[in-house]
Amino acid sequence: MSDPIITVENLSKRYLVGHSSGEGGSDRYTALRDVLAREARNFARKAVDVFRGRQVVEGDEIEEFWALKNVSFEVKRGEIVGIIGRNGAGKSTLLKILSRITEPTDGRVLLRGRVASLLEVGTGFHPELTGRENIFLNGAILGMTQREIRKKFDEIVAFAEVERFLDTPVKRYSSGMYVRLAFSIAAHLEPEILIVDEVLAVGDVNFQKKSLGKMHTVAAEENRTVLFVSHNLPAVQSMCDRAILLDSGAIVTQGAPRSVVKRYLAQAQSSSNGERVWSRDTAPGNENVTLMAVRVFSSESEPSGTLDSDQDVYVELDFIAKGEIHNLCVGFDLTNSEGVTLVRTYQTDLAPERWLPVQSGWNRWRCKIPKGLLNHGDFLVSPRIGIFNVAWIVYEDAVLQFRVNLRHGVSPLWHALSEANHPGLIAPILDWSESQFASQIRSGSLVANSMTVGPNYDGRSKKVNCGRSS
Amino acid sequence: MPDLMIIEPGRRERHYWSDLWRYRELFRVLAWRDLSVRYKQTVIGVLWALIRPVLTVLVFTIIFGRIAQLPTDGTAPYALMVFAGMLPWTFFSNGLSEASNSVINSGSLITKVYFPRLIVPTATVVVAFVDFLINFCMLLLLMVWYQFMPDWRILVLPAFILLAFCASIGPGLWMTALNVKYRDFRYIIPFIVQFGLYVSPVGFSSSVVPEQWRLLYSLNPMVGVIDGFRWCILGGQSELYPAGLAISVGVIGFFLWFGIHRFRKMEKSFADLI
Repeated sequence: MSDPIITVENLSKRYLVGHSSGEGGSDRYTALRDVLAREARNFARKAVDVFRGRQVVEGDEIEEFWALKNVSFEVKRGEIVGIIGRNGAGKSTLLKILSRITEPTDGRVLLRGRVASLLEVGTGFHPELTGRENIFLNGAILGMTQREIRKKFDEIVAFAEVERFLDTPVKRYSSGMYVRLAFSIAAHLEPEILIVDEVLAVGDVNFQKKSLGKMHTVAAEENRTVLFVSHNLPAVQSMCDRAILLDSGAIVTQGAPRSVVKRYLAQAQSSSNGERVWSRDTAPGNENVTLMAVRVFSSESEPSGTLDSDQDVYVELDFIAKGEIHNLCVGFDLTNSEGVTLVRTYQTDLAPERWLPVQSGWNRWRCKIPKGLLNHGDFLVSPRIGIFNVAWIVYEDAVLQFRVNLRHGVSPLWHALSEANHPGLIAPILDWSESQFASQIRSGSLVANSMTVGPNYDGRSKKVNCGRSS
Repeated sequence: MPDLMIIEPGRRERHYWSDLWRYRELFRVLAWRDLSVRYKQTVIGVLWALIRPVLTVLVFTIIFGRIAQLPTDGTAPYALMVFAGMLPWTFFSNGLSEASNSVINSGSLITKVYFPRLIVPTATVVVAFVDFLINFCMLLLLMVWYQFMPDWRILVLPAFILLAFCASIGPGLWMTALNVKYRDFRYIIPFIVQFGLYVSPVGFSSSVVPEQWRLLYSLNPMVGVIDGFRWCILGGQSELYPAGLAISVGVIGFFLWFGIHRFRKMEKSFADLI
């Protein structure tokens, strides 16, 4: 049983990327004759490529890009292994090779068991088809036979809670129902090896919990092997037996999830001077929205990696938008150095009339974290830009680190405590006051071992027993 | 060990055909999906399959039969002859154009799940085949209208249907592969189909082509298919030209091999290109 169920040996994958030499900052305009000449040259090259059946690449200069380089690891039967790493580290390429979507350039993989891969929830769902039809369609796509699907049909429907809508086209489903149905089908796969990518980043919190729970029980009860890629660092830490950290197509480290996550966050904190700026070529995003910079500073001063808690902290995001984009959510996750998220905030959390209009071109928005909120410690900013309920555009982990020094204490005792005696992710000074019933208890007109919570809305008092006698 | 799977470069090639067989169920499901999406809630779906060929037959009968006074095959009504040619042509052109867009249209599938990619374009040809069957019923009605009785030759028709299928899937696969690489290629396909309609003997009988050119004309694979259809449907009224048919079959065979070959060469990189 301790045999490896997955063996990956020296796996490499090369992509060819084309660059156009004409593009770039130096050329202000392009002459038609240059374009024509270049096109003619390209056309001749492409024609040869087509003829020989080679991969055709746009652009003048072809550059090799190794998405994976000599990756080797083993996974034992029944293990849950998490793969983490920055965007572009090669995680998705690895999963694509393992699920046979793309071929490796070099190396090999041995899989000793039936594999199911779940790179997306609801792959191949057709909006015009009914829920019932989509169960059969999606099941077949995920590799179930029609007999298996028929056998599990009722279970799938019950788990997804869509009985009443079985014969409704899924285009009329709410997004929650859609995701529940899609996940339910996937959850009823019975592979020995399950490969999962980012699916947990979709859907609402309840769905995430449900899917995490399902994955956990499935792995434990049926001795199933799970390999999953996630940005959800606390989930990786709580669920996985082991984690693998990838960077630039190579394994940086692997081992206990806690230490691997620490290492990842430490590595991600490459920028701690309070500012992270991208060039246009490397900026995360898509053709419509690109994130150009993230910075933190306190009270209008210069960006800085060390801030005091007695001043407001500003997190500023610079991004370029093209055209009008509806329901664009711009925000970030604030996490601590263990990967625990304190808060996820978007500009669209505000009342709609206060939403910032997305301007075509450069936008610079800032979010104020009020003074006296954060505890001492290291914090990480992970920008999140997406179109509401549609897709993520930017999902970068821990691009910026800053340290907070506890300065907002107003009590001499607070100041006397060492940092270690100030636990907690946040340290707001909360209000304390005496209960209005305190004097009545002291005078004996109220029984001391029962507490009056106070008059509720209809004026009556509610008694709550707080004694140990119950 | 229950099942051991090895992934390494070039490995996929070796199990290609057995893999294809293992995924036959997916083929069935995808074909069924395309069909039910097409005919769902649209009565127009069925009508649409009928309207285009019927109108074309009408126009061709008027232009070539009445105005240009071209001869028909034997004593068969001109409209019937045109319809017998229109049938395989519609099948071919629908199959070709739908297959060539199929892989791009199911891009989300291709980048997320593994299965032999050959399934996708082949499954779409099934839809074209159902359109073909609808049209065939129309032809039967037309034959009743003209009180035209087919003879034993109609039993050979399935062989020519298979030939029409091969004729559309061969170039279809090649174009599918090209379409993935060159997205602007899809603008060329309607042109090819349009052009093909006029260089194929759809609106006229291939007997109007001068004798010395007929062999050359048969290099167009649809010439053999259409002639074959007419021979089967119109009974003794249409003659088969064996040398031309042999050439057409040869060309179809070559394109079938070539299409599959090119498709297999390029399908490995589909997921990287889409």
